[in-house]
Amino acid sequence: MSADLYGQAIKDLAAAETARLDSPDASATLDNPLCGDKVTLDVRLADDGRVAETGGAVKGCLLCKAAAAVLAERAPGLGADDAAALAADVAAMLKQGAEPPFPALAAFVPVRGHKSRHGCVLLPFKVLAKALGR
Amino acid sequence: MTSAIREAFPVLGRAGFHYLDSAAMAQTPGRVVEVVAAHDLAARANVHRGLHEMARLADDAYDAAREAVAGFLGAGADEVVFTGGCTLALNIAARALAGRLGPGDTVAVSRLEHHSSCLPWLALAAERGFELRWLAVTADGRLDPAGLSVIDRRCKVVAVTHASNVTGAVTDIPLVAGVAHAAGAVLVVDGAQMAPHGKVDPRALGADFYAFSGHKTYGPTGVGVLWGRREVLAELPPALFGGGMVGEVSDTGFTWAEPPRRFEAGTPPVAQAVGLAAALDWMAGLDWPAVRARLALLTRRMLDGLTALPGVGIVGPGEMEARLPVVSFTVAGCHPHDLSHLLAGRGVAVRGGHHCAQPLMRVLGLDEGCVRASLAAYSDAADVEALLDGVAAAIAVLR
Ligand SMILES: Cc1ncc(COP(=O)(O)O)c(C=O)c1O
Repeated sequence: MSADLYGQAIKDLAAAETARLDSPDASATLDNPLCGDKVTLDVRLADDGRVAETGGAVKGCLLCKAAAAVLAERAPGLGADDAAALAADVAAMLKQGAEPPFPALAAFVPVRGHKSRHGCVLLPFKVLAKALGR
Repeated sequence: MTSAIREAFPVLGRAGFHYLDSAAMAQTPGRVVEVVAAHDLAARANVHRGLHEMARLADDAYDAAREAVAGFLGAGADEVVFTGGCTLALNIAARALAGRLGPGDTVAVSRLEHHSSCLPWLALAAERGFELRWLAVTADGRLDPAGLSVIDRRCKVVAVTHASNVTGAVTDIPLVAGVAHAAGAVLVVDGAQMAPHGKVDPRALGADFYAFSGHKTYGPTGVGVLWGRREVLAELPPALFGGGMVGEVSDTGFTWAEPPRRFEAGTPPVAQAVGLAAALDWMAGLDWPAVRARLALLTRRMLDGLTALPGVGIVGPGEMEARLPVVSFTVAGCHPHDLSHLLAGRGVAVRGGHHCAQPLMRVLGLDEGCVRASLAAYSDAADVEALLDGVAAAIAVLR
């Protein structure tokens, strides 16, 4: 059933407001041309080159917005390699049934059975990796 | 009457299945599938190239398919070009006309166009140096007659859709043809959405080219039609090159075959053309005034039922005049993708997104696209009620 995708946890996450950063250190945008989702992520880096803060704009469905909100929580402290690994782990969670890489992602486990929606969840994670040069 | 129509479509017998995505691809009668299979089992050979019995049977079947399309369009068979689809048909028209276009010229394209009808011209504009001008639409998604004033003596081609795949609005083609021809421009009409709703007569409408696809017209995938006015086709060069479109080939050049073959390079979609003819034959057996009247009632019900739901906005005309049974809508606070997925979970097949019409989405301010429900001759009241119930339920889930 597709209604089970839209639990309260996902809806609450998707309701989070995001805003672009002023003069970010890095930015990237990716879109999903088939469904029209588009995620832009701005990143401010700490002195050690890891993420200090993110901002951005999400034009997308509820799943994409919720995923972006989870990512914004998780991103501080991540380096480029971490971001690429995280995107791969989220893909593995959706496509291969791997465990969620961290607890907040458990809300997305029901998306596994809906292949056409995997891209919606993955998009923000791919954008962070891209912003960090991956 | 609907039940007799529905019986022709084996897939519609599936319980709880409500197919409201016919504008993307119509379902096909079982008879069409059988005709395609029978052709491949008994008359499979390449056309125009062999003298053996199978080749003769294939030639006869292919020629008969062309005659059938000609009959559907009230045209001559020499005006009917088979292509791989509507997109290819529109690209062939653009390519064939390309040599006439250069700096100082303009091509006018409506904002209602599907990407298949505007991108060939956008791409050519960059290549040939002409200016592309967009024809305006009204707030309710119709071609704006006032916007036709951009068509002047510099305009060489006007490209418009006969009916919008998003708003369902039917364009006044004779009006556009009058303006285009007064300026000396050629009129290319995208009939992909109109052809599934009964016979069309592109010559009487004033078109110079008219394209449609098999798969939206109850026929097979992989086939489309480019109708070209005989006088116009005769003067144009081929757009694609290969076997079949040629006369004599020397080391330095070649002569062109006569239309329509001039525009059919390579092995054409033979079995698919035969299937399209079977689909048009099935369509010819319907009482179209009755079908249209029934679909108009269902469309009215969809418009009224959707508008009564919280936050729903219709993308397209609210009135029934000059509109197809194609209804697009948005729901405030609900993304089209989420809505479509929830509807799919209830067996209701619709489409959400930009519908390959980004220039239109932009001007209508539909950043996130919209949901589209589209009917065909087999659609019934149960389909529409399932949609309305499904949208109400989806809103309750998403809000
Ligand atoms: C208005 C319109 N034009 C063109 C096309 C493209 O047709 P085809 O799929 O046959 O290439 C479509 C189909 O999506 C359409 O709706």
